[in-house]
Parts: sequence; C-alpha cells; structure tokens
Amino acid sequence: MSHTIQTGRRSFLIAAAAAGGGLSLGWSLPRAAAQGSAGAELGIWAVIQPDDTTIVRIARSEMGQGTLTGLAQLVADELDADWRFVKAEYVAPEVNLANKRAWGDMSTGGSRGIRMSVDYVRKGGAVGRAMLIEAAAKQWGVPTGECSAAMSVITHTPSGKRLRYGEIAAEAAKLTPPANVTVKTPAQWTLIGHGVKRLDTPDKLSGKTVFAIDVQLPNMLNAAIAQCPVFGGKLKSFDASKITAMKGVHQVVKVDDSTIAVVADKWFQAKTALAALPIVWDEGPNATVDSKQIDTLLKTGLDAKEAALGQSHGDIAAALTGAASKVEAVYGTQFQNHATLEPMNCTAKWDDGKIEIWVGSQNGDASLAAAAEAAGVKLDAVKVHKHHLGGGFGRRGNQDYVRQAVIIAKQFPGRPVKLIWSREEDMRHGFYRPITQCKLTAGLDAQGNVTGLHARISGQSILAYLAPQRMENGVDRIAFQGWTTEEYGYMAIPNLLIDHAVRNTHVPVGFWRGVNTNQNALFMECFIDEVAHAAKKDPLEFRRALMTKNPKHLAVMNAVAEKAGWGMPLPKGVYRGIAQNGGFGSYTAAVAEVSVSPKGELKILRIVCASDPGYVVNPQQVEAQIEGSFVYGLSSVLFSKITIDKGRVVQGNFDDNQVMRLADMPRVETVLVPSGGFWGGVGEPTIAVAGPAVLNAIFAATGKRIRSLPLSPQDLRAT
Amino acid sequence: MMKLNVNGKIYDVDADPDTPLLWVIREWVGLTGTKYGCGIAECGACSVHIDGVVARSCSVAAGSVTAAKITTIEGLSPDGLSHPVQVAWMQHDVPQCGYCQSGQIMAVAALLHDKPKPTEADVAENITNICRCGTYQRIKSAINTAAALSVASPATGKA
Repeated sequence: MSHTIQTGRRSFLIAAAAAGGGLSLGWSLPRAAAQGSAGAELGIWAVIQPDDTTIVRIARSEMGQGTLTGLAQLVADELDADWRFVKAEYVAPEVNLANKRAWGDMSTGGSRGIRMSVDYVRKGGAVGRAMLIEAAAKQWGVPTGECSAAMSVITHTPSGKRLRYGEIAAEAAKLTPPANVTVKTPAQWTLIGHGVKRLDTPDKLSGKTVFAIDVQLPNMLNAAIAQCPVFGGKLKSFDASKITAMKGVHQVVKVDDSTIAVVADKWFQAKTALAALPIVWDEGPNATVDSKQIDTLLKTGLDAKEAALGQSHGDIAAALTGAASKVEAVYGTQFQNHATLEPMNCTAKWDDGKIEIWVGSQNGDASLAAAAEAAGVKLDAVKVHKHHLGGGFGRRGNQDYVRQAVIIAKQFPGRPVKLIWSREEDMRHGFYRPITQCKLTAGLDAQGNVTGLHARISGQSILAYLAPQRMENGVDRIAFQGWTTEEYGYMAIPNLLIDHAVRNTHVPVGFWRGVNTNQNALFMECFIDEVAHAAKKDPLEFRRALMTKNPKHLAVMNAVAEKAGWGMPLPKGVYRGIAQNGGFGSYTAAVAEVSVSPKGELKILRIVCASDPGYVVNPQQVEAQIEGSFVYGLSSVLFSKITIDKGRVVQGNFDDNQVMRLADMPRVETVLVPSGGFWGGVGEPTIAVAGPAVLNAIFAATGKRIRSLPLSPQDLRAT
Repeated sequence: MMKLNVNGKIYDVDADPDTPLLWVIREWVGLTGTKYGCGIAECGACSVHIDGVVARSCSVAAGSVTAAKITTIEGLSPDGLSHPVQVAWMQHDVPQCGYCQSGQIMAVAALLHDKPKPTEADVAENITNICRCGTYQRIKSAINTAAALSVASPATGKA
C-alpha cells in the first residue's frame, strides 16, 4: 500500500506500464478514466473538467459518517479548488487492484477513513495544484514562483493574468507529476476546519441516491434467503416442488450447507415463496443453548485463574490486600445487532467467466476478493460497483452477503440477481457486538484515594471468531479497546491490572460502532463513579485526581465540565452524571442531565459532549457524528439487546429489538476542543461515554446502580 | 391488472392485489426512493402519502389503494429539492447515510400539512420513523425551519 504520493504514483506508473496500460495523455489513467468521469487527470486523486468541475476520487466508503465530504475537503484544500465545483466519485476496487492499490486501503472502519488517508490524499491534492501552476507558468512564459492558485484560478501576480483551472487542466495533465510536494500548514487551510455542506445531501433528499438495494438492471431476478436459525446448524432437506408453481418463482437454490434461497422475478414473490417453502434444518448441538447458559459461562471468567493480560503496573495483589477499604462490582452487557436500516443485500451477475457485483460495502477490496472466491475466479475477473451504504456500523465489513449473491447468480448466467435479506434475517444473522461481563475491584486508602484497580473482563473475543490469526498468544488486543495505557485516562492509579478471560459462544461476533470501547468505558466510568461515591468525593474531582498524568483526557473533561456547568445548581429533580474515555485516537468526555419521575420514567434532558480529535476537518460533520453516536450508544444502553433461546436469536425486528426514536432524543451540545498535532477518529470515540454519563446521572437521581444492561425493563421507581 | 396513480401518473401493475404497496412501488412501478426497512410498519422508511395522508406502504395492500392518489418522495416537489421540508433538510444538512430520509421527509411533510405549527409534543408523537445514524436532533431543528418556510409560502406546503 502506498502512503506517499511519490512512491504510490511511481509504483502505479510502473504497474500500469507493465500491464501495457497505454498512457495516452502521458500521465493519465486509462482504466480509471474509463470507469469514472472524463476530464483532465491531475495525479490520481483529482479530475478537472473544462467547466472547472473538480472530481475528487474517494477510496473509502460513505455510510453516513461524512468521510466522502471530508476526504474531498482534504484534497480540494491542497488543490486550492473552489468548493462549489467539487464533486466526489468512488475509485472502483478493480481499478485500485490493477494499479497495485495506488489509492491505498479501501477498508472503512475503526474511524480510520480520514485519519489514515490524510497524508496521501493531501499530497495528491498538492500534486494537482503544482501541475496546474506549472502549466499556467509555461503558457505565460513566466517562472512558477510568480504564480499563485486560489479558488480554482491561477494568477500571475506581477501581470494580474488569470487562468481558470478548467482552461489549463488539459495542459497540466500532460506534465510529469512532481516527485515531492509540500502540504499546507494548518494556518494555510481554506477548507479543512470549515463546516461545508455534505456533497451527498441533495440526492438523499430527493430519493435519487441509488443504494445497492435500489439497483435496477435489465432482465434482473431477485432472491430471498433463509439461513439455519441456529448458528452452526445445517440445511437437512427442502421441498421445492411445493413452491415452484407460485407466481414469479424461478428456482430454489441451495447456497451452502446452511443456506437456501428462492429466486423469483420480484423480491416480494421470492420472499413469499420462501415463507411457503418446507425446510427441515439439522439444528445441531447448539440448539439447546440459551442466554442463561451464556451468562453462566461468562460468570466463570470473572474469577478464573487464567486470563489474557491487557496491561498492568505496580502490585495489584498487594494494593488490594493492604487497602483500607475495597469497592467491588460486576457489570454486564448483552449482544447487540448493528441493524443498519438498509438490510444486507448485493446484486451479482455471472457472465462468461466474469463476475460483476453492485454492493454497499465497508471494504471494496474485500468485496472484490470475496466475489472472486465465491465465483471461483481470479481477482481480475471481478468488477465491483460501490454504492453508498444505508448504514454500516461495522456490519458491512463482513462479506457473507456478497458471497451468497455471487453463488446464487452463478445459477443464472447472463442475468443479474439481487439478493435482499429480510429484516428478520438481518436481525438473526448478524455479527453481534460481543456479550461481555466485567468484575471491577478497587482498593482505597484511609483518605479515600485509589491505591489499586483490577478490571477483569469476561466475554467473547471478536478476533477469535473473525480473525483467529490476529490473536497474539491467546490475547485479543481488541478486547482492551479504550483501556490501553494511552486510552483509559487514569495513569495516576498506582497499581493496576486489566485482563480478559476469553469466553466464546456459538454466536457470531464482530465489530460494532465503537467496538469494545462501548462496554469498557461503561464498566470503567460507572465503576469509577461508584468508587468516588464510596470515597465520598465529587465524581469530577475524584477523576481529576486520577488524571494528572493524562493532560489531554483532563483537558477534554474540564471542557465538558465547564460547558455543562458542573457543580452549578440544577432545576429541581434534574441530576448530572459524567464520564470520559479515549479511543480511536481521540479524547472524549460527556455530562448527562436526567430526571426520573416517581413512577420510574427516565427523561434524558441534555447531553454535553466534548471531544479532542486533534484536527477537525468539518466541524458540522463532527457534531453530526457526536449527536448520532449518542443515539446509537444510548439505544444499546437503554433498550436494544439480542438474546438467545434454543440456540437462535430471539428478536426478529424493530418491534422486539427497540432502538431510540426522536421522542427519546436528548438535546446534545457539542464542545470541540481540537488541540492539533494529530488526526483522531470521529465516528466512534464519543459513543463510549454516552452510556456511562447517563447511568451515572440515573444513580445521582435515584441512588440505583444499573449494572446489567440494557436498562429496560429494569425498575427505576423510588424505593 | 391493477391501475395505480403514483405521483400523478397511472401505472398498470400485474402484481397480486395483496402485494404491499411498498414493493409495488419499488419493483413494479420502479421508483426506489421509498425504502424497505422492516416490513411491519415499525421503521417508517417506506412512508408515502395516500390521498395526502402519510402511510407506511409496507403494510398497505396495493389492491386497496387503486382509487387513491399516491405520492412518493419522487413526487413531493417538481425538482426533488424545493418542498419546504427538503429546503429545510438541505439547510440543516440532515442526512447521514440517508436511507431513512425519504420516509422522514414524507412523514414531516404530512405533519406540517395537518399542523403547520407543530409543538414539540406533536413532533415527538407523529415522527416515529427510525434513524439508525441518529439524525433526530437535526430533524427537530429542520422541522422548525420547514414550519417557518411553509407559513411563509403556504402554497408549496402541500403534497
């Protein structure tokens, strides 16, 4: 993968030449141009058309998080393009592949979309700007040093002569891209740091955006799918003859050992026929597992001798033995489904040994590889059409639905087949946020200072399920997200032990927005609140004393406390809670204000959230992500859960797996305190503080500690 | 063969009359701005107007609305952007992934048609569509803006 434009460009050119690419304009990219918009290519990231339209190529995926706009801002700023002319388009995964991944990593997760692309996309913009200036200077016969660029215009300063980008781009595209360029300093930024409007908004208001589920192709068929309800179970038999006469039905396809599909003219016909298809499942040994058994399994991890080490310092055993007093608590969270509003779907077409797919994916490269594998063809026989995602949240990093679509489409050569999962299938065949419990023990001295803290996680490992090769001697590093030495914020605790007893179940697990920072921050921040209460100290002051070695965490917490008016009087019946965490390269803290009626009705009235992501590309979009992260995070804390009975998921839709709606939405006030010098993530970090801030406020209101999540239907009535 | 009036155009549709309106709109008529989210009228992604009243089209049989005027997101305004709700949505840059927004916009347009100046309680009670990205805060602000715009030019407030 290329991280600098000079090496990326060179290796690409070598690759293109070796492939006999035929560089017709000297430095253009014939295959990419064939895929994308026509125009003058300046380097590989920008295309400029005669009317100044500036198309920025985007390798990551847009799933709502605003990355498409943010990446375009980064390129356009270095290009000195007028934002009014800027559009964005995806790089096709097969074009990236054919060019030795000149556009870098397509994977979009872990809040990495911008922070891991920032160096090379900015250089890409700067390369384009240098080429435009050079071409203009050449045309005027003046030194480049006398020319400047701004708002898509090159100006020759001494004479005042001007050329629009659209007028000079074709000439510029013929030049050799410079090997080295210098990117702007933050003081020179014109677009980075500005809240420009999203590029994808207009089409999302008119219904024009074509999500993958909306793809319509000539001669297209549709498929509905059923997977064995019990994870690990298999398809035993089915009776296709019962449905083949139904209207529109073409064929029943056995997709794999545990999956069957019905293909029809229309999807609703396929779904209706699937519901009528007699299917016998061999449910296998997991068919007796339920949530109670899983809870019991996890409990065995809380005191187990063996556990994977996250981090430790000092002597925790001595600290706890010698403590004047101890505080201990056990917390637990359930499985969570992503429940993207657009259910899993993919359209595939098998034709003449080649496979073509239309998909919303968090990883275009991985979708291409999955399609090739499922079709049994080489990578270069795959074409991928990337569509905006109707939500991702980690779910669409998995390629299960792509493989299925390809396998089904192979039965219908020359005809595209669109596979759509029903909501029920989507709810019951996810890659769930892992079920987790945690036992926390703190030692205090006679003055109420923390002398030691032990946090023992017991729960399922994402890596053990999804990527066992990434386990390090039985340790899943991801289990400690938010709790690394850089992240957790309480370096001043003199004796510390954080470890993880891996307890795996038969339920598939995966990356869910915020991943394990969700549980870890909730466990730690609710527990620290408990310890502060035991020490009879103010929760904010108590934390401050533990954060003396974490100035960035502390600054963010101070910012949120100030904005929220921590310590100032509140209206009668309103109570506050606070929480902080570090994750995905950023620092976050939140204060929640809640009221709980005598009947136990919770109202979340106000959230103040502060974040330091280093640099901010688009403050409006960072605010939108923070607001949204509270909805997603609080849904899981207040209502949502996936439970298991008879080996299968109980919940099937939004009626029994409730999520937050507008009526539940608290006012969220965002405080951005970017301290500069680093690029932190945005989409996920703040989700971790949503739950604990609210739960700590509930304790302040009711004296009740909610340790088993979700909150609903627990009783908050005054006792 | 059924006849359906969608956005002022008559379509001949050979679907079974009990096929949900959502799927007839998407698969037979070919308009895909109306989305499938749950199929049980929980999420609102499929919201359309039937004779001016908002409905969750996944739970309405197409055969029951052959005499009605159906409006989808594609028919809300001539250019797809000029209905006061769309104008307000643009101003507040509401969408994130955008998948629920057709339904949100249709639900809000109907609410403002019935109650040009909705209270906070009206909004909470009537706008129950699910947004997993969590754009609710901006939706609330945009509703206020749309209400102000609708009052300023009532002629465009209908759909």
